[in-house]
Amino acid sequence: MLIKEIRALIHKEILFEWRMKYALSGILLYLTSSVFVVYIVFELGKAPITPTTWNVLLWVVMLFVATNATAKSFIQESRERLLYYYTIASPESVMISKILFNGLLMTFLVIGGCAIFMILLGNPVQDMELFMVNLIIGAIGFAASFTMISGIASKATNSSTLMAILGFPIILPMLLLLIKVSGAAIDGLDRSVSYDELMTLAAIIIISITTSVILFPYLWRSN
Amino acid sequence: MLGIALIYYVIIAGILMDVPKLAILHETIRNLFFHVAIWFAMFILLIVSLVYSIKYLKKSHEYYDIVASEFALMGIFFGLIGITTGSVWARFTWGDWWVNDPKLNATTIALLIYLAYFVLRSSIADEQQRGRISAVYNIFSFAAAVPLIFILPRLTDSLHPGNGGNPGFSAYDLDSSLRLVFYPAVVGWTLIGVWFATLRIRTKKVRTIIEDHQAQDTFSGSTNK
Repeated sequence: MLIKEIRALIHKEILFEWRMKYALSGILLYLTSSVFVVYIVFELGKAPITPTTWNVLLWVVMLFVATNATAKSFIQESRERLLYYYTIASPESVMISKILFNGLLMTFLVIGGCAIFMILLGNPVQDMELFMVNLIIGAIGFAASFTMISGIASKATNSSTLMAILGFPIILPMLLLLIKVSGAAIDGLDRSVSYDELMTLAAIIIISITTSVILFPYLWRSN
Repeated sequence: MLGIALIYYVIIAGILMDVPKLAILHETIRNLFFHVAIWFAMFILLIVSLVYSIKYLKKSHEYYDIVASEFALMGIFFGLIGITTGSVWARFTWGDWWVNDPKLNATTIALLIYLAYFVLRSSIADEQQRGRISAVYNIFSFAAAVPLIFILPRLTDSLHPGNGGNPGFSAYDLDSSLRLVFYPAVVGWTLIGVWFATLRIRTKKVRTIIEDHQAQDTFSGSTNK
């Protein structure tokens, strides 16, 4: 029952995204232009881009893209449509489907963004597999934390500012771990170095998904 | 009943307040009773805040929300004192006011989270909604980030042995005589925090009662006309 509901809701999310192409293309354009800004700034400054800078800039761009892409999962839903969901689905399945959909969207955006980054700024990565795994874990992690934050922020008045204020401190520890693992992947260090971090990341993702699912029922009827 | 319990708190806190103050001498190790004890007290206060947030979600009683927010405020206050005392300590032991240390960064993250909690609170007008949403954020952020604040410094330390990191108790060889003062200091600071918070909670309660009375007065006044 729950799985059927979640499947239907994810199907609905994908359909919505496909029909409202302007939102998706807006995010894609945001991604491209921010990568391009990084590229232009470094070209003009004639500053050599070291692997460390490359790594950090990639994740900062991803962080901003993630805030914008996941913010709309609750903020842009109209009140009437939310009320409709309340009548037909359980809060748990709404939350899980939103997280899964955001995870998919973020994976797509992160891989796309990384491709643009590599085309414009070169590819210093030595351990490509670990790098990609880390990238996908990062995408899921962003989705797991920001979906709930988006739900919280959508209830307040200045929600787009709140999204950043509430989300950044929570995502910071995760971001540090992600940057560390991808740094190790860029330098081609032995994979055993990164196992600890990857395990911690998985644990954080599990914690934030479970707390989101537990807490969402308290949040969703409060308008 | 609550009043009696609070007075007890006040008395105990007042007595215990002397304990850390007696220990003021000119060696920086004394800062242990302030910096580290305040740090512990901050975490206890924040956990109290968390517990009351959970209580509020279970049973939305306005009192729980006030308690949660006031304890979070005291937690921030103690966090700021902790950072200041730590900064002074760092100046004399590590030679700089601010060092790029994982624990310092983690504390900054924690403070940012709780400051965001208050921004969130102030941007929601409706009281019940504010209570519920801020409680959800309090629990979510605690669950998502605070455990990491403990895990992350250890992880970095274990990967870079001897490379920075916060020298813990063992480095200063916390012997039994220091412990004798340190644990009461933790309890003392915690109780002072609780005392401050309960004072604020009580004034808030009184204020709401006064407001209710005023509202009733104006209401009855208008019906008498």
